[in-house]
Parts: sequence; C-alpha cells; structure tokens
Amino acid sequence: MSQMMAVPVSYYVGLSAVIFFIGVAGVLVRRNPLIMLMSIELMFNAANLLFMAFARAWLHNAGHIFAFLVITVAAAEAAIGLAIVVTVFRSAKHVDVDDVALMKG
Amino acid sequence: MIAFWILAVIMLGSAIWCISASKPVYSVVALLLHFAALAAMYLTLNAEFLAVIQLIVYSGAILILFLFVIALLSSGVASFSVGPNRLPRIAIPAIVLIALALGFFTYAMGHAGAVVPAAQAGSPLGPVGTADVFGSVNDFGKALFTSYLLPFEITALLLMVAVIGVILLAGDHAPYVATRKHAAEVRREMREAILREGRQ
Repeated sequence: MSQMMAVPVSYYVGLSAVIFFIGVAGVLVRRNPLIMLMSIELMFNAANLLFMAFARAWLHNAGHIFAFLVITVAAAEAAIGLAIVVTVFRSAKHVDVDDVALMKG
Repeated sequence: MIAFWILAVIMLGSAIWCISASKPVYSVVALLLHFAALAAMYLTLNAEFLAVIQLIVYSGAILILFLFVIALLSSGVASFSVGPNRLPRIAIPAIVLIALALGFFTYAMGHAGAVVPAAQAGSPLGPVGTADVFGSVNDFGKALFTSYLLPFEITALLLMVAVIGVILLAGDHAPYVATRKHAAEVRREMREAILREGRQ
C-alpha cells in the first residue's frame, strides 16, 4: 500500500468533471425544484471527489478537512432549500420554479 | 483500478438516472446508489472517516430529508410528480455527451505533464482502518482541531444560521407568498377583512 496510487489523478478529474456537468444538466433541464436540489448535491459531491483524490495524491489531509466543510455546507443548503420548497408549496399549491417570480419585479 | 472503473460506472449511471427519472422518489433512490458508490470510492482513496461521514450525513440525513419532503408534498397533487421541463428531454443526452467530451479532455490534459510531489504530511500511508495512518480518524481529528479549528468553529455558526433560517421559513407563521397571483389573492383577502372589520 505504500506505493503510489494505482489510479492516476487525471482519471478522478475526468470522472468529477463528468458528474459535475451531469449535475449542471439537471439544474438546467428539470423544473422540479427537488430534482434541481439533488443535482446541486451531485455537483457538491463531484467537487468532494476531487478534494479526496488530490488529498490522496499529495498525502495531505487538508483536502479531507475541506471536503468535511463542504459536506456541512451542503447539509445546510439542503435544509434551507427544502424549507423554501415547502414554504412555496404551502402558499402556491404547486411546485414549479418558473412560477415563483415574485421578486423578479 | 478495477474498483475505480466499477465504481465510476455505477456513479455515472446513477447520476444520469437521478436527473432523468420521472418521479422525485426514483431520483432519491438513484442518488442513494450514487452516494454509496462514492463512499466506497472514498475508501479506496484512504479516506475512511469521510466515507463514514458520507454515508451518515448524505444517505442518512439529507436523503431522508428529501424523502420526507416528497412524502409531505406529493399527497394528492398530480402536478408535483410530473411537470414540464424547461428544455426538451433530449437536452439530457446532449449535455451528458458534452460532459463526456469534457471528461476526456481533462483526462488528456492531466496526462500532459502531471507531477505529483512526494508526501508532505507526517502521517504515513497504510491500510485503511489502522490507526495513525493517512486518512484515519486520528489523523483527521488532529488536523481538524489544531490547524483548521477556525473553519470548524465557523461551521458551527453556519449550521446555527441554517437552523434559524429553516425555523423562520417553514414555521407556522411564515408570511411568504410565492407567486404574483397568490400575492394578489392575499392582498384582496386582507382588504376585504379590513372592510369587514370597519363595517362592524
């Protein structure tokens, strides 16, 4: 186990880029706010995978710390986002992000 | 290497399933599969603590939150589960193809001249699960509570702000109106109520 990692870092970078853009596609294409929030979680996790891969490549655990913080921020984001979805749903009785345009002016 | 490819295929497939599923519940199941594969990939990257955190926080907390919201909202509402999309559904394969091209591009760029320096941290690399090696709970906790104590404390503040925000947003007295139509309704009801009060 003490030799260098068997998988090159660029493989992880490529996989992370693909997953990130799948998340971008989810946010752009879907109009259901729950699936948009899940796509945002996908993007968070793609970034976390990069943190892990580079922490392992450099053998430095700052990447682990930052991935931990990203997980915390993602949890807060999911809680707030779902609270907004519940609030919008409670007043509008349907969930469609294009109809929530009160602050558009 | 074999583990990487198996997990990568699972992660890509479940990610595509997640964004193209017709119902949000299927998306949550796909996301659960994605997070499980990601936790296994963290284990192959010597990050045992983060793998466990990934399973507990994401699969255990965030996905359950999504499930609760779906169960709360989808009762008796047809427009919630299926709705029109902003772009045609054909955009999903198109963007996935673009993403694949981008992934191959990054892969090629990474092979142009990647120099990974030697190990800098003091902790040695060992099998996953042993103490005092890179990525163990010991190593992680030591770094978190010494060098990175300030970000950790700020995390506590952030979580408290999130809790207060959720209570304000989703509490019983939430004064939020979502759409312009609904705002007009609320305004009309308030005006009628004021008039009714004045007449009495």
